[in-house]
Amino acid sequence: MNPVRLTFAVLAMAFAVMVLPDLVFAADPAPQPTRADYPAIKGFSARTLVWGLSQMHLFLAAFVLAVPLFVLCIELAGVLSGDDRYDNMAHEFMKISMAAYSFTALAGGGLAIALFLFYPHLMGYLLKVFKGQTLIYALLFGLESVCLYVYYYSWDALRYGDRKWYHMTIGLILNTVGLALLFVANAWAAFMMSPAGVGPDGAVTGTVWEATRNPLWNPLNLHRFLANIAYGGAIVGAYAAYRFLSEKSADLRAHYDWMGYTSNIIAVVGFLPLPFAGYWLMAEIYAYSQQMGITAMGGVLAWLFIIQAVLIGSILLAANYYLWCGLGRTDRGASYAPYVKYIAVVMVGGFLVWVTPHSLILTPQELQLMGGSHHKVLGPLGIMPAKNTAVNLMLVFTFLSFQMFYRSSRVPTVSWYKAGNAAIIALYVVGCLNIIAAGIYGYITPTVYKVGASVPQVVTTLSIIVFAAIIDGFMLKGATKTQVNWGRMTVRSQYALFVLPVAFTWLMALMGYIRSSLRTHWHVYTIMKDNSPEAYIPTIGEAGNIITVITLMFMALIVFIFWLSQLGATKQVPQRQAAVQPAAGAGS
Amino acid sequence: MTLVRVLAFSVVVLLAYTLFANILPQVQSDPPTDEAPVAADGLDMPAMIAWGERLFSGKGTCTLCHNDLGRAPDLLKLNLAETWADRLGNANYEGEAKGEEGAAAIEIYLRESMVDTSAYVVPGFGKKGTNDTVSPMPAVDAAPISLSEVEMNALIAFLQDRTGVDVTVPLPTGDDGEDVAGDDEDGEEEGPAESAQVALDKYTCSACHDVNDSGADAGPPLHSLGAKLGRDGIREAILDPNATIAEGFEADMMPDDFGDQMRVSELDMIIDYLMTLDAKGDAQ
Repeated sequence: MNPVRLTFAVLAMAFAVMVLPDLVFAADPAPQPTRADYPAIKGFSARTLVWGLSQMHLFLAAFVLAVPLFVLCIELAGVLSGDDRYDNMAHEFMKISMAAYSFTALAGGGLAIALFLFYPHLMGYLLKVFKGQTLIYALLFGLESVCLYVYYYSWDALRYGDRKWYHMTIGLILNTVGLALLFVANAWAAFMMSPAGVGPDGAVTGTVWEATRNPLWNPLNLHRFLANIAYGGAIVGAYAAYRFLSEKSADLRAHYDWMGYTSNIIAVVGFLPLPFAGYWLMAEIYAYSQQMGITAMGGVLAWLFIIQAVLIGSILLAANYYLWCGLGRTDRGASYAPYVKYIAVVMVGGFLVWVTPHSLILTPQELQLMGGSHHKVLGPLGIMPAKNTAVNLMLVFTFLSFQMFYRSSRVPTVSWYKAGNAAIIALYVVGCLNIIAAGIYGYITPTVYKVGASVPQVVTTLSIIVFAAIIDGFMLKGATKTQVNWGRMTVRSQYALFVLPVAFTWLMALMGYIRSSLRTHWHVYTIMKDNSPEAYIPTIGEAGNIITVITLMFMALIVFIFWLSQLGATKQVPQRQAAVQPAAGAGS
Repeated sequence: MTLVRVLAFSVVVLLAYTLFANILPQVQSDPPTDEAPVAADGLDMPAMIAWGERLFSGKGTCTLCHNDLGRAPDLLKLNLAETWADRLGNANYEGEAKGEEGAAAIEIYLRESMVDTSAYVVPGFGKKGTNDTVSPMPAVDAAPISLSEVEMNALIAFLQDRTGVDVTVPLPTGDDGEDVAGDDEDGEEEGPAESAQVALDKYTCSACHDVNDSGADAGPPLHSLGAKLGRDGIREAILDPNATIAEGFEADMMPDDFGDQMRVSELDMIIDYLMTLDAKGDAQ
């Protein structure tokens, strides 16, 4: 048969299987394997292996999918500004991500093998539900590889003029395919939490699209999309910080300082809306299954959100500390420095409120001393209204830290700048008061409306950020720019850029553990039980230890990837030349 | 050296997170076990009510929402004996209990609330945007809760008992046996012990108590308990061992989950047997 016709025929069949499953597959219920049906190797934890591989795959995939997204934006900034530094930095970011790509595929392959080996019934069922989508996933993966290699290797060939736009078009296609890959993978994970397109017994009753568009798919898509950007920014920030600390040349230190600053901004920009995406995901979880929501927020997993608060708190504190140190780069930065201590008070205070638990496990004596399981003063800080207030204020003040640095190198020239400043101050004051008032309202409204009470807080936070940026944008248009001394940063400040990827990596793994645990003892929630010997939710300590081991392995891999990308730029001097150079030096 | 410093710093940060995770309260959540404690033909009403209470906070997961946080009506504080007439007389109520009276109405209403959760939604507790016409509560006879008919009866018995009305649900019969015994998915569930001595061995009573000439002294001897405690006292000592501690012994020594482990027929056999033991431990 003609290859083109054959291709069309295969694609048509795949499409038919996808949209009309009952033509090919009988409507069998989901398999219900017993404990004996799970392949096992004595003394070997299949779940830990799958856990490790899937987390490693997710870390790498998040990184390699995120980097081209902001690289394309930086490339565009380079074209619009005509500044070659943007293009060089974007190229360098891609170089790091290229080395990670093959490891992503390797971890993905390992994960697939482990899943089919140890959980064949589950994988068989998912294949039955998603059918042709697996082919589409494979095709997308192939396309992603082609686009990625063409995008990277054509960088210098398509660098200027009209060719640059061709190059950016390839980047756009690369990102479109990358996002499609992310969304397809998310569909499987979300289906396991909130199955759709199947009957109560798991028999396929709908199309693949119905199974894909399950209740938690889009919230998960948004959450992972934003988290990937923040994560990618944090990883390349660590690369920049390491290079900054290693380089001796002032020019290179300036370059990597600027790179670190940009990476931090990318991480913060991706991170700021993340809690709101998290609210949406959680609200949809509650809407889908109140029981699942309570398992997360009020049940066995509730303590994990205290760890989450510690991790996010350390991310925000590190990002802010880095921004405060950045004020030292500009001569006008000193005029903003006195405000830092007030921001620090809000950040640390917010952090402490966030980590305050609602209740504690106490000895009878402690219980007697405290007069109950909840502390009279601190106990009220343990519930959501206090935490929502704290996190919103922390986000607002993080933006303020960034705004201060941005303004420290610009002197406004517009006549209305005093009025503009007053408007911005009023925006912050009124906004913060509104966030606090909405928090107080949260205390007096029934529990079921507490999540709803957080919406005005979120809207206020976003409003402050958006309107302050707009006013600043107009006010600083045509502003007199003062020198930014890139490279004038303390060594200590760079360590803040290492806290970000470590905390992000641990946080991602923790959230993966929570998301997976929400299914409790189900492979596919309410449809297919997990009867394997390891169908329990491990303790926080056990999970924490596994997460740390996975994070350490990932860090080792990232160090190797950084080394590879440096190795690629290293050229050996020919032997003859190497021998001549010292002699020439000695003679001069 | 830069690399070593950076790695050491990162590892220290990582270990700080790990340490924090390890000092928090540690709870492992196991898959729910079949909580049916009884052989179908051996269950009495107090045991049925006690089983319902365990289902209420255990497999039924009722306490997740029905607590004092306001997410759902607090069933432990609500007195249905006082409120049932208002609820069933509400214009929005079109359920099966309409026209019924007293404990029977409460039974029908509770059962309906569990399986057809939107038949009547208490004002203020409906899904957002549905004007209290759709309940957020899942049907308890479907996954993931999957209570059996008999388990729902036990829950109703518990709630009726708390309310102070007569318990109207039937005790399980022999026909309910398979239902009561649970899914037994792994095929590993043991059958009930055939005699009191076998039951005492099964639950390793003689490892700590002097019974059947075991001579153990970690717990008090099980001789002449009939005279000292009576039938109800022995039952309480097994099901709630910390309620009363024998002189010279400490609390929290004996497992307090025999109520979950034992079948009622086994419990009854053990009580019958212990009632017959004299001061020397011989059966009378």
